Amino acid sequence: MLPVLELRGIRKRFGQVEALAGVDFTLNQGEIHALLGENGAGKSTLMKVAFGLVEPDAGGVAIGGTAIRLGDPAAARRLGVGMVHQHFTSIPAFTVAENVALTAGWRLRPRQALERVRRLGKDTGLLIDPTLLVSDLSAGLKQRLEVLKALAADARILLLDEPTSVLSPPDAEALLRGVQEFRARGVATVLITHKLREAVAIADRVTVLRRGRVVHTGPVRDETAERLAGYMLGEPMSGEPPRRPSAGPSTGEVRVRAEGLAVERLGGSGTGLRSASLSVRSGEVVGVAAVEGNGQRELLRAIAGLTRPASGRLEAARPSGFIPEDRSTEALIGEFTLTENLVLSQGSSAPWIRGPWVDWERAERRTADLIESFAVRASGPGAPAASLSGGNQQRMVIAATLERRPAVLVAENPTRGLDFRAAGEVMDRLRAAATDGVAVVVHLSDLDELLAVADRIVVLADGVLLDVPPDASRDEIGRRMLGATAG
Amino acid sequence: MDLDLLTSFLASAVRVATPLLLAALGETVTERGGVINLGVEGAMLGGALAAALGASGSGLWSGAVAATLAGLVVAAVFAVITVRAGADQIITGTAMTLGVVGLTGTIYRRVYGPEGVGLSLPTFPVQAVPGLSRIPVLGPALFQQSILTYLAYLAVPLVWWLLFRTRWGLQLRAAGESARDSRAAGVNVGRVRTVGVLVGGALAGLAGASLVLAQVGTFAEKMTAGRGFIAIAIVVLGAWNPVRVMGAALFFGAAMALQFLFQSFALGIPYQLFLMLPYLLTLAVLAGAWGRTTAPADLGRSEM
Amino acid sequence: MSRAGIIRLWLPALAVGAGILTLMLGLAAGGYDPLLALAALWRGALGSPDAILSALLPRAIPLIIIGLGIGLAFRAGALNIGAEGQFYAGAIAATWVGVSLSAWPRLVAVPVVLAASLAAGLLWASVPVLLRLRFGVLEVISTLLLNFVAEALVSWMVQGPLQESKHIYPQSDPLPLAARLPQLPGTRLHLGLVVALGLAGLLWVFGTRTLLGFQLRATGANPLAARVMGGVNTRRVFGLALAVSGALAGLAGGCEVSGTSFALFQSLSPGYGFTAIAVALLARLNPLATIGTGLLFAALEAGSSAMQREAQVPAVVVSVVEAVIIIAVLLADSAQRRRLLAEAGT
Repeated sequence: MLPVLELRGIRKRFGQVEALAGVDFTLNQGEIHALLGENGAGKSTLMKVAFGLVEPDAGGVAIGGTAIRLGDPAAARRLGVGMVHQHFTSIPAFTVAENVALTAGWRLRPRQALERVRRLGKDTGLLIDPTLLVSDLSAGLKQRLEVLKALAADARILLLDEPTSVLSPPDAEALLRGVQEFRARGVATVLITHKLREAVAIADRVTVLRRGRVVHTGPVRDETAERLAGYMLGEPMSGEPPRRPSAGPSTGEVRVRAEGLAVERLGGSGTGLRSASLSVRSGEVVGVAAVEGNGQRELLRAIAGLTRPASGRLEAARPSGFIPEDRSTEALIGEFTLTENLVLSQGSSAPWIRGPWVDWERAERRTADLIESFAVRASGPGAPAASLSGGNQQRMVIAATLERRPAVLVAENPTRGLDFRAAGEVMDRLRAAATDGVAVVVHLSDLDELLAVADRIVVLADGVLLDVPPDASRDEIGRRMLGATAG
Repeated sequence: MDLDLLTSFLASAVRVATPLLLAALGETVTERGGVINLGVEGAMLGGALAAALGASGSGLWSGAVAATLAGLVVAAVFAVITVRAGADQIITGTAMTLGVVGLTGTIYRRVYGPEGVGLSLPTFPVQAVPGLSRIPVLGPALFQQSILTYLAYLAVPLVWWLLFRTRWGLQLRAAGESARDSRAAGVNVGRVRTVGVLVGGALAGLAGASLVLAQVGTFAEKMTAGRGFIAIAIVVLGAWNPVRVMGAALFFGAAMALQFLFQSFALGIPYQLFLMLPYLLTLAVLAGAWGRTTAPADLGRSEM
Repeated sequence: MSRAGIIRLWLPALAVGAGILTLMLGLAAGGYDPLLALAALWRGALGSPDAILSALLPRAIPLIIIGLGIGLAFRAGALNIGAEGQFYAGAIAATWVGVSLSAWPRLVAVPVVLAASLAAGLLWASVPVLLRLRFGVLEVISTLLLNFVAEALVSWMVQGPLQESKHIYPQSDPLPLAARLPQLPGTRLHLGLVVALGLAGLLWVFGTRTLLGFQLRATGANPLAARVMGGVNTRRVFGLALAVSGALAGLAGGCEVSGTSFALFQSLSPGYGFTAIAVALLARLNPLATIGTGLLFAALEAGSSAMQREAQVPAVVVSVVEAVIIIAVLLADSAQRRRLLAEAGT
């Protein structure tokens, strides 16, 4: 069995976070290889290294036995590697045929390009009407187009990053069948997925990543879905209880009530929120567990009042505090100082506002207080927000958000990009807010963190909110998120 | 209105529209790539001066070639500053136009002496297209023009072919829709956009030549008087499509030619009102058109 | 001092240096004597008290006032390229009102004239505001096009309704004394300077001490965060900034008519509306620094006419210097932005 793709000793660090800690990966000729792992396990990053989109800190990549230059997608493309990303990269204003022609570099007249796309579609089983505009395609067809583009460029190695994450079950099955047919044509495929069923159904071999390390690799026929889930989810963190001891159902007033809530998809990919019924009381922390793109962004932003529901009912107490996931673009103005950012966030009802005037000295004093009480490592209130590390920026954002004395606090993956200690602090702050009577709704992509901070867990899968029994184990919750158990 | 008057009005409309059309076709190419070049006014003015210098030295065609080169140079500077170095497109374009105004003014006075001596230049003769020019009214209007106008006619299908039938055109349009996605598809966005800017500059320079050597017959400082900016509005009105741009250019040419028409009526309306008309019309049309047409999605964004 | 701090201090100097260097090289290439030109430039601007009081400062007044307005607009993210037209709108209004106020006491007439010019500039700028907020037309294009409309309007005014009683030249009647800004005797300097300096102080206070001024800055820096995090009505702030910048440009037109030219005619402005863009950008949009950069560009303009007289260098070449300065500032901005992006990483 000749390896067509080999990665050795790959290491990659993004700021504080070590995404890959010395990973080896081998793809053999004509095989379908599933790459499993939870959010943030490093799967996407590893394949981006293989494709040249990310340059690793250490390690090497070889295609067909030849080492290739790192960080150069053109080199990877030339050697027959095609990558299909989670986020669509087709140009919406162009037709299917134009997109294929662009990626494949064809020099053809439009009619010839149309013909060629039709032929390609028949050969690969990926049928799409080439005259359609991409903006008119359904998610399933858009994904199909992504694969078609890669094959049109004569890829012999396909890297598919969560290709079925936005597909309905019939579309997903069609795609997976297509992947099997590619194997017959001699194409080797890496299928990045968190869906166990897919891996077990079509893959030849499987590699499981957890926290940037390979925890298992081997033929699929030796494994069961249970065992694979075990590898993915791992043992609970030593010494710490897997769940917070529940103090019984919360008795505070209801601050958030949603019934049959649906919200249209924000951004280019994901399922949007299809149906959510939920209530959140004062003093409790509700944790939303979900894999990326299953509607949590839409749910949280609707509760915070930033986006309107498409249907269903939603009542949420005001004022609300919102901690966005992308703090550097949505929460803080990088070139402004910490004082200025605080003043911005508090608006006209702050104590340092008198009529039209801003008492900057008073605002600065308050900023200094907050810097101290929230342990923000910064040179002072006059430091530009961009000069702070991610963790400290987040501390500042939390401070500013809590300063408004919100009735409801919504936090969108607030520990993203933070190291262990900073993440722990954030979670402590959320808990403290709840103790003060705030109704907290939080989504964290790390399930262990979420379990440690939340009183109650709800799961979002495929845009549908599922309640979870209070005594459910970590494994059970994980399975629901991954769609491994029915219902 | 008698037919002769109508015919001569239409003929002057086409003549006046020619520089607008050339510049607008060029800017269409540039903007399809995602770059908005306000320096098109400067490129046209630079072309106008180069045309005057070239023509008074070595004849009409030298003037036309010199003009195209001058437009190319202005565009090249713009491309380096915005596409390569990533500076803000809009203010850079404005600054380029400002600089070219100063540069052309200086060079003009250096060469022809201070305080604008009236310069008389050769002009491209009107050449009738045999047969076609005998169609009543439209014939003389469309087909008794200078060769530069005929070049402009030819440029329309040429630009259309370039944008919609070549691989480069596909890559250019992709870059204008989404630089990020085009990169993912392997397009060298910087290179493709730069060429788009250069094509725009060359056509704008030629537009300047047609203004000097096929319409006015002389050079005066700041003579382009905002035609480059009107060209940008024409591109919007023509929805970034060369054929519709042609229609829009003729429309504005007619608006600008109205002042000549009404002068022969002596209606007592101050001629300045007709001077204002093209600009006001542009604004009205933009207000109506902007919301409804779709621009290249990445137009004007300097960083991805 | 941090690297960013060094760049902040030295950037204006470097940009100006680049401009002057380009000028020298260009002049040499064009067969002029660069040193002679430079000396004439200096003399015309700063060579004598008369030069300073009658050539430099009177030109600084409109440049500072318009520059303040443009700085305000740019700060909010509104690209006002139409200050030239707004200036003319103000000049027309000032003349129209001024010539009919000869019987009024000066103490009342002058403010009325200036108020009229302010209002006219505001109105002229409100068209682009409307076009942008209601129809999405980029203010860059609409303000630009309106420049040409304003120039045509002036042409009509001075050949028609506002033409002098003698009907010989295309200019208005001279403004009566009552409508003229007080002058420093023996010079061309007028009270408009106090207006300019006062406005600079006012805008500085506005920007640094008021909530609205701060929100305006936030809108320009990051409209998304301003809206999401700060709850700012970014549309209203944008429109306000653009309208006020027009008002200030109009005021500059009024000051020019009431204090320097005492009449309306075409080419009243040697391109103040465009030079003021360079004034604002070089001052990094800071109102107090605008005083300094306004003086700098006024020196360039004042010196340029001396340069034309003594070294036969066409005065219009100063536009090239201004363009180079603007581009130098833009390039520095872009380099800084790219560096920040690279440092931020993923």
